[in-house]
Amino acid sequence: MTHKLSGDNLTLIRGERCLFEDLSFALESGSLLILEGRNGCGKTSLIRAIAGMLSLEEGTVYWDDVPVEKVRQTFHGSLVWLAHRTGLKGDLTLVENLGFERSLRTHSRQDPEEVYERLGISRLKKLVLRSLSAGQQRRVALARMLLSDVPLWFMDEPFTNLDREGRVLVMELVEEHCSKGGMCVMAAHQDVEIKVPTTRVKIQ
Amino acid sequence: MNTPTISEGQREIPGIFFGLAATTKRDLLLAWKRPGDVLNPLFFFAMVCTLFPLAVGPSAEQLEFSGPGVLWVAALLATLLSLNSLFISDFEDGSLDQLLVSPQPLPMLVLGKTLAHWLTSGLPLVLVSPILAITYRMPLSVVGVMMLTLGLGTISLSLLGSIGAALTVGLHRGTALLSLLILPLAMPIMILGANAVSLAATNDIYSTGIWALGAYAIASLSLAPYATAAALRISNE
Repeated sequence: MTHKLSGDNLTLIRGERCLFEDLSFALESGSLLILEGRNGCGKTSLIRAIAGMLSLEEGTVYWDDVPVEKVRQTFHGSLVWLAHRTGLKGDLTLVENLGFERSLRTHSRQDPEEVYERLGISRLKKLVLRSLSAGQQRRVALARMLLSDVPLWFMDEPFTNLDREGRVLVMELVEEHCSKGGMCVMAAHQDVEIKVPTTRVKIQ
Repeated sequence: MNTPTISEGQREIPGIFFGLAATTKRDLLLAWKRPGDVLNPLFFFAMVCTLFPLAVGPSAEQLEFSGPGVLWVAALLATLLSLNSLFISDFEDGSLDQLLVSPQPLPMLVLGKTLAHWLTSGLPLVLVSPILAITYRMPLSVVGVMMLTLGLGTISLSLLGSIGAALTVGLHRGTALLSLLILPLAMPIMILGANAVSLAATNDIYSTGIWALGAYAIASLSLAPYATAAALRISNE
């Protein structure tokens, strides 16, 4: 089954500033949407608006051609969001944090150990998140993405804090996800080279 | 590594009670790891209740008369004190965003958080109150009534307070505002609770107060989670 995410004439005004106007995009299973623009231009706001957390001034976001407000639960059940703030609890261990996420959305049948191994975090399992470095916390947030079984990935600046191998790994993961029929919306201000059908949206 | 394909709705989203149970469990675990947050309001409650007799004098008559009122005021203030932190840490570390985009119904997740809040703030107050009540020469039969009113009252306070906490979560240092928002709704609880205990102490009919507190708790239980969820969506915009 393929999915489709599209936005139609999106306009967002924050305070007195118009972040974007008449912005449209369409994204299908197996492809990647990259939101480009300088710092503070509204990439994160656009992702938040698509996810239904900010109300748009004008325009509608559609999931499988239905406005997302009408299918909020299905839509939220189909997405996972790697935000700038990881949303992980500093006082809990990696396993406790990810265990909590498991009860929120559908989780993948993949063995968690394999995922930890691949992300290079398997020896950090017993440590509380607070004691990990920013990059390692980022990797834990990636583990949350991989362990949830959803088609739509939102990634807000996924390369922040990651080392070179980490960045390559993220690109590999996105490639893999898209080749399995997933889709990905990524906000990035660096050059991203991922070999999947890519649409770029530039925010002025 | 062989990666299974995305299973397109073959497996379902975990049921709503999983979300509730998971948030409760996580918050209890967090409270366990940072006991200071739980102990602070409790300590405040105990301090007010022990300092009061020192200030007004130890005459038995006066203590018996003021006991229910003092305990209830202290309990109300201690609960208000603990409410501020209900959503702040989730807001700051981004887990609130994650809750908002989860497929679980937000009112249930909020109810889970509120339940954990009551278990770590209201319930300890109820359990500690008999010790303090004895210092006010409260007879054992009245202590039971007081625990019941405190139990019902703190449930309502946690639930109503979650609305205020959700509304003020985006404001820094919203404590004063939170208290102002909640006090008008919390005042009847305190009056009903303290009155019921006073009536019980003078062997009067006190059941009306208990029923009213119960009704208040049920009303808050059925309405507050929705209000809190809506408030969270607004303040997190």
